[in-house]
Amino acid sequence: MMNQEITRILSSAEKTGWVLEPEAKRLLKIAGLPVPNFLWAKTLEQASAFAERIGYPVTAKIVSPKAIHKSDINGVVVGTKDYASLKETHKRFQNLEEFSGILIEEIVSGLEMIIGAKTDYQFGPVILLGIGGTGVEIYQDTVLRMAPLMEKDVVSMIRGLKAHQLIEGYRGHPPVDIKALTRLLLDFSGLVMEISDNIESIDLNPVMCSSDNCIVADARIILRKKESKN
Amino acid sequence: MNLQPLLQPKTMAIVGVSINNDRHPANVIYTKNNLRLPVTVYPVNPRGGSLHGQRLFQKIADIPDKVDLAVIAVRADYCPDVLLDCIRSGVSGGAVISGGFAESGRKDLQERLVAIAREASFPFIGPNCLGIYTPGLMDTFFIPSERMVHPSSGGVAIVSQSGGVLVDQMVKFANEGVGLSLALSIGNKAVINEMEILQYLIHDPDTKVIAFYIEGFGKNEGRDFVIAAHKSPKPVIVLKSGKSDSGRRAVSSHTASLGGDYKVFSEVLRQYGIIEAKNELELLSFSESLCCYSQSIGKNIGIITGSGGHGALAVDICSMQGLATPRFSSRLQEEIRKNLSPSIQGIASVANPIDLTGSVIDDDFMNSAEILSRSTEIDCIVVLLLPYSPGITLDLSARLSQIRQNEGKPMIAYIPHIEKYRMLIEGFELNRIPAAPSIEGAILMAEALRRYQP
Repeated sequence: MMNQEITRILSSAEKTGWVLEPEAKRLLKIAGLPVPNFLWAKTLEQASAFAERIGYPVTAKIVSPKAIHKSDINGVVVGTKDYASLKETHKRFQNLEEFSGILIEEIVSGLEMIIGAKTDYQFGPVILLGIGGTGVEIYQDTVLRMAPLMEKDVVSMIRGLKAHQLIEGYRGHPPVDIKALTRLLLDFSGLVMEISDNIESIDLNPVMCSSDNCIVADARIILRKKESKN
Repeated sequence: MNLQPLLQPKTMAIVGVSINNDRHPANVIYTKNNLRLPVTVYPVNPRGGSLHGQRLFQKIADIPDKVDLAVIAVRADYCPDVLLDCIRSGVSGGAVISGGFAESGRKDLQERLVAIAREASFPFIGPNCLGIYTPGLMDTFFIPSERMVHPSSGGVAIVSQSGGVLVDQMVKFANEGVGLSLALSIGNKAVINEMEILQYLIHDPDTKVIAFYIEGFGKNEGRDFVIAAHKSPKPVIVLKSGKSDSGRRAVSSHTASLGGDYKVFSEVLRQYGIIEAKNELELLSFSESLCCYSQSIGKNIGIITGSGGHGALAVDICSMQGLATPRFSSRLQEEIRKNLSPSIQGIASVANPIDLTGSVIDDDFMNSAEILSRSTEIDCIVVLLLPYSPGITLDLSARLSQIRQNEGKPMIAYIPHIEKYRMLIEGFELNRIPAAPSIEGAILMAEALRRYQP
């Protein structure tokens, strides 16, 4: 049985074809996946109040059904340090197409990974793990497994990456919290199995992995088109 | 579904045999089985009459025998009626050779066949296929016998979506002396697909290795297939075509773009312990090797050669495959050297590869192979046997295979496959040592055992 609130989030995104980032984060949070402290602010005042509460600097992102690739339109500002720069960012965002608010969240850092899912025609839901960030398609360092994942799949996924040493600790950098990464992948796999009929693909990119935790810093959920459901 | 009568029939009806066209597929199939194979065949033609003095039956019901398999080679439009006739007459299964269905835009006609078959639980292979070849028993391929290469019977079952690829593989398997338990062309796989065949072959006592050529699975069918193959107690090998994702549609997510169809296919196969052959050479090498040894090995390979150059090439290929050729411990090296014949004791190198030089004699190969068989430093022995050396006799390969019998460590051979050396080749192959005609093939045979994780 799918959680009712998750069902609601997915069905209200049907018209757009994908789930807006704040709603995607809320969905992940319901499913037990770690996301940064965030608020979908509709006004500058709301945004500023929340930024004050969690403390500057914060990350500010455009929310718009037209902005599926936010970086391409300069829609992500990491390290907004005070009210003045928040105000300026807000002003700029307002002029972007179908502005629907501003997403304020705490800054998370770590090794940028991608965790993804897609519904494959031949194999059904599959899960992807790789080196993430905006350069994800340049590195092309990813592994795929059929869902649901088992713990041993996660071990072999990490080992299967060319850059696995970055995760296991390299040249003085502490290793990533493998337990947290494993839990995240297994929980994500569980969520994907539940909603695979509704989705075409999901990108959690980047997932910020440090020695303390793994946090989903951005999420894109693309819904399956109704006519291709069966 | 019980596929036994379909794949190992005692009686066959060939539907569509022509009175005046001996080149008609049905006639070719009828003739080759009638003249040369033990299965009993009955020709069927609705108009009746006779063919070369044999009565043509007007319908299957007229056949005075229980029919196990009906081979159907009539025009696509007539196939549904023939199928109904089969079902009414209590035939156990069918092979629809005819084309003209989903592959040429007649999905509706194919769906009618499927509906008829499903309602009666009537299994059939095809349509649009060559059907079934069981060595020494029966053959529904509409290729005249004199045009075919016939692999001997053996332990490899090969199942292919493409008839052409299948026939070509059979030529290669026959050339390499790899025997088949079954060659099956499943065409449009309307009712019987890879999954059903896999379940049958897992239980087929004649089959040791199950090999597939797959162009693509139907919706979600890949999922069921890998789960079933994972549980198979026999090695499952898959060669996939369509690896390049040409015409990939514009995608808005990184996951969809990075997880192209082939990448998913390949990685899911590995996740479930299915051995992917990247090309025809791998398919053949993996099949031959796993048919001899259904066992898994570590990655350490010991090489014995009569030529330093061959040894170096083999080491390079091992390293490209991710196999290791570790330098032997000094104790092991000493033991190997001590047992060499005096003429090469001073010139052979024994570190791995063991290069016995052109002055080698049989006993040097024998002693080195025996010592490596007992060493824990390596998991598999690759013997590069160059029969050009004057000290090598034609007995060597059969003698080497005795070491494998006695010691149990997998041994693989490279030997040039030319007629002159036939006895050496057979000395390996008849004694269940896989022997490749190329160094690369031999290393791939070792790689197959490393990849196999039962």
